[in-house]
Amino acid sequence: MRYLPLTDANRQEMLSAIGVSKIDDLFSDVPAGALLDKPVDLPHGKSEMEVEREMASLAKRNISTGTVPSFLGTGAYRHHVPATVDYVIQRGEFLTAYTPYQPEIAQGTLQALFEFQTQVALLTGMDVANASLYDGATATAEAALMANRVTRREKILASGNLHPHYAGTVDTLARQTGFTFKGSSPSPAGSDIAALKDQIDSETSAVIVQYPDIFGHIVDFTSLAEAAHAAGALLIVVTTEIVSLGAIKAPGSMGADIAVAEGQSIGNALNFGGPHVGLFACREKLIRQMPGRLCGETVDAEGRRGFVLTLSTREQHIRRAKATSNICTNAGLCALAFTVHMTLLGETGFKELAALNHARASQLVDRLIEIPGVELLTPAFFNEFAVRLPKKAAEVVQVMADSGVLGGVPASRLWPSSDLNDILIIAATETNTDADIDALVNALEGALA
Amino acid sequence: MLKDGRPTRPLPANDSGEPFATFTGSRALEQDEPLIFEMDSPGAVGVDLPTKVAAKTRLGDLARQEKVGLPSLAEPTVVRHYTRISRLNYGIDTGLFPLGSCTMKHNPRLNERMARLPGFADLHPMQPVSTIQGALALMQHLKNWLSVLTGMPGVALPPGAGAHGELCGMMAIKAALNSRGDGEKRRRVLAPASAHGTNPATAAMLGYQVDEIPENDRGRVDLEAFKAMLGEDVAGIMLTNPNTCGVFENDIRAIADAIHDIGGFFYCDGANFNAIVGRVRPGDLGVDAMHINLHKTFSTPHGGGGPGAGPVVFSEALAPFAPIPWIVGDDETGFDLIESSDQGATTSFGRMKGFHGQMGMFTRALTYILSHGSDGLMQASGDAVLAANYVKARLQDVMSAPFGDGPCMHEALFDESFLKDTGITTLDFAKAMIDEGYHPMTMYFPLVVKGAMLIEPTESESKESLDKFIDCLRFLAEEAKNRNVERFQQAPRFAPRRRLDETQAARKPILRWRPNVQELQAAE
Repeated sequence: MRYLPLTDANRQEMLSAIGVSKIDDLFSDVPAGALLDKPVDLPHGKSEMEVEREMASLAKRNISTGTVPSFLGTGAYRHHVPATVDYVIQRGEFLTAYTPYQPEIAQGTLQALFEFQTQVALLTGMDVANASLYDGATATAEAALMANRVTRREKILASGNLHPHYAGTVDTLARQTGFTFKGSSPSPAGSDIAALKDQIDSETSAVIVQYPDIFGHIVDFTSLAEAAHAAGALLIVVTTEIVSLGAIKAPGSMGADIAVAEGQSIGNALNFGGPHVGLFACREKLIRQMPGRLCGETVDAEGRRGFVLTLSTREQHIRRAKATSNICTNAGLCALAFTVHMTLLGETGFKELAALNHARASQLVDRLIEIPGVELLTPAFFNEFAVRLPKKAAEVVQVMADSGVLGGVPASRLWPSSDLNDILIIAATETNTDADIDALVNALEGALA
Repeated sequence: MLKDGRPTRPLPANDSGEPFATFTGSRALEQDEPLIFEMDSPGAVGVDLPTKVAAKTRLGDLARQEKVGLPSLAEPTVVRHYTRISRLNYGIDTGLFPLGSCTMKHNPRLNERMARLPGFADLHPMQPVSTIQGALALMQHLKNWLSVLTGMPGVALPPGAGAHGELCGMMAIKAALNSRGDGEKRRRVLAPASAHGTNPATAAMLGYQVDEIPENDRGRVDLEAFKAMLGEDVAGIMLTNPNTCGVFENDIRAIADAIHDIGGFFYCDGANFNAIVGRVRPGDLGVDAMHINLHKTFSTPHGGGGPGAGPVVFSEALAPFAPIPWIVGDDETGFDLIESSDQGATTSFGRMKGFHGQMGMFTRALTYILSHGSDGLMQASGDAVLAANYVKARLQDVMSAPFGDGPCMHEALFDESFLKDTGITTLDFAKAMIDEGYHPMTMYFPLVVKGAMLIEPTESESKESLDKFIDCLRFLAEEAKNRNVERFQQAPRFAPRRRLDETQAARKPILRWRPNVQELQAAE
């Protein structure tokens, strides 16, 4: 086996040095009968070529978004990732390093994390950010738990226009850990912020809103932040399309206490939904209640600047049952990809990228509203919007897919038992061309005809 | 005469013996590198985007007017920046990485290539299922391998990492207890003192009181003490096997029987499954739920701290409570995704993550599994255990192995007693390894022995590599015995940084770069 350097002769020498005659002797603590005497009944090892062939045959059974006009969003977005990003993250020094617990020989990872944390804080308009969490949904759940710790209350309210996977993740934790989660019904025609305000009371620990929301609406939530703060509650703002923050106001500038986001759009492929990278930022005064790893600046014994993982007394490996979270792993390499891509973009590139995304979506809207029966539900949006169709959206999407266009996500896929059957959520990014837009318009006209 | 190639004469050291300071702060290949924010070159750009598209602006009144504050750098600057800082890192590709409990084995590049096939990497999670049959087939194949290798019928793919897998397993246990009306009275979870910190943290997160099971003098669960702790209020046990002392819990069947007798469940922390994969099936030992760290057993890269993936295998009793989404169907009928309780997943405890799991990690893990096959996996775990026992056998006369009587599994545990009265700590010893070109072993874990040093060589090392490593540790142990304290207390001397001040970092946390105040004022 090509990955195993020991030869049979090596194994014999080593067994003699240990003083046993065969490898099975080293498994003598395994209860009688539980030690297998031959490999399990599955295929034996294969050559690199054979494995490639087998994997490629699976890949071929999928339709890749890169090969057809594709307009899918709802929390994962296809963007162009510069070649440099993949070069950097495939360097063995980054790819095959462990969590930087030995900082003297992990300054590369640590410096990149420090840059990442700074970028996330700048984008969200918050004071500080952590070194990433699994994804946007789990980051939202961690934000809810953190709000409960900070306020010592146990009631979380959420907008109905929060991504249902995110709401579901918080809801699962609420039911399992015993706090109250009050979600609302989705409202595709407009934001439900006004209704949320009325629900805030003295037991509310936090209100969660998505910005832009799942249907693409962008609304100012400054007054919601004020209402939450007046009641002693926190405001958690969730962004599933981080590129939007190059075009619209930062959550921090509208009073968010915790800003969480899905960072996949920058530096990371769609990967069928994972791994992605959860971004988590908050106000400075809350840092000791933050979940996850944090990288901090310090000096070494010679006074040179260096970086370490810090405030680890919050974490499970030190605090065990009293930790702020059970979380251990972050999304290290995805965070690095994010940082490299964001560094390439810089101030100008990031804002231009955001402008291009908005322009493509707006251009698409201009075309779609010309189609009879198609109603735009999202007057203000970034790169994603919702339309009402005169037919069931899931069926329309299937017809379009059969004709080679991935034309959006039907709301019924996200809320199967709701009455949103006629709602379609469409996203456009810089990867979409004029020809893609023509193809979608034609396919939609065809499917509605 | 060409003088460039003349041999260098050794320079006389200055009085302090320190190397001469250089003008740049760099030391040849070890180059000093500022933060990107200190390299800002307004006007430079690292990407060229397609031409602007004219379209109506529909941002309401929320357009971002203020600067984000990102620095501007051209592509060559960015490539050089990240290449330079990468060289300050130690990785498996650069050397033996004996980090116990973490399994730093070879990361084959084939796995990376397969994960980047456009047919996987460029799939959107919300595509119609008719367009993602290959992806669902891949997930189903991986589930089948995990099921057969563990002897457990249920597999949940969603968890994003090991600790997330623990949460998944424990939530399924809680849901199962609730479904039989037992949830309220079972408020305790038992876990050994040697457990990973994530075990008590996970149980506590779900509201359980966590009681520590004492170890016996062989580094294993004290069976009698454990039985004495059992009662009708116990939800289950969380036990790592092979455990964090690097040994197999030989009473595991008695432990499983005892927990089942009182109506509790057996959660196995599968972090060390790599020691037994292909040789022992946890399902044969009475385990009800176990997570598998794909980055350990199946060698998806650690990436400097993730991303991970922590699928969970379940017994028949717990499988119905697995998180959504579920994948159903087979190659004949085609595959479908059950994404909501409305579609029939009524017993599921719910969702715990966005979309369908860490697909990019599944692709890598399946590639690794197919490359090894059932025979290769069996050989890999055997080699891992062989290497650890070889290290232990060749070091235990100069270092101290607390549970050294029988064989260990994939990692060899030492404690600090061989350093007694030398003035050298486990930390000093570990840092001296850095100067010798090795990544230190895991230190001060598990907590049940003093000054623990946990060495996991993995199956990826050749015998020559193991012998060199062993010779180095023997040398250091000898130096320690001779009280050559300087070598240890000053270490590391040759790393890109000397020891870092972690106390200062925690006391006054600086978690981001901020522009120098004077510079800001000057700019205004």
